[in-house]
Amino acid sequence: MSCVENLGYEVILEYTSFRESREYIEKNYTEIYYVDPGFLLFEKRMIGVPPIALAIEGEDTVILPYTKPCFGTYLLRVQDEEGVAYVRANARRKP
Amino acid sequence: MLSQEVTSSGDMMESVANEALIVLGCPEVPVQQALALYAADRLNDEGYTLTIAGNPSVLNLLRISDPKKMYIRELVELEKCIDELSQEIRRPALIIAFIHNDAGISYASTIRFLFPGRLVVMIFGRNAEALAADLDCSCDLIMEVAVHNPGKLRRKLNQVMGWEKR
Repeated sequence: MSCVENLGYEVILEYTSFRESREYIEKNYTEIYYVDPGFLLFEKRMIGVPPIALAIEGEDTVILPYTKPCFGTYLLRVQDEEGVAYVRANARRKP
Repeated sequence: MLSQEVTSSGDMMESVANEALIVLGCPEVPVQQALALYAADRLNDEGYTLTIAGNPSVLNLLRISDPKKMYIRELVELEKCIDELSQEIRRPALIIAFIHNDAGISYASTIRFLFPGRLVVMIFGRNAEALAADLDCSCDLIMEVAVHNPGKLRRKLNQVMGWEKR
């Protein structure tokens, strides 16, 4: 599973907050997963207030928050079947 | 020398008693750098082995500010630091985290989840009050709406750390 920057991504939300990111996922997606901070995905440790919400879209797309100190939280769409399989196998469905 | 701390699961986890970590956020608020160097000086005097974590911008500012390394010792990029805390490769006894935006809340919450030891969180900047309300984790919390004047924050840090005024 490669780094998100190598896989390419689409920005769904930018300069958002951890709360808005979670609320957006919970409102707009049906296949939702939750992970704890430090969960390794796309070679990055997930940063956030637990529980961190992720989503799967279709069979090949992961929706995830991505936080940078100077820019806040982005919500990204990343196409990667391996990532989808990994989230389904390792993340939980309930907060 | 190692000290033993009990994690929430009841397992014993060893931290390195004299290791301290300062975690910095985005460098756009002036008080951060001033207080980071102040805290570094104090922690160095107390005999801590100190590491400062931050993004490349803030680490570069520190390197330029302190070319003789009077205050800074080890520097580590923030992502690498989080990875090391996750894997328990880095096991400080004390972390001081600097926060002035929402991303900082995310990082502080992440650190709290990964690190069972003493966490001091300093919240500053124009939105300090709102950010402090967003932070929901056990820590020694210092909050001040400070942007360029570090005086009150320094006083509060001294109180929390038990440092006498210099």
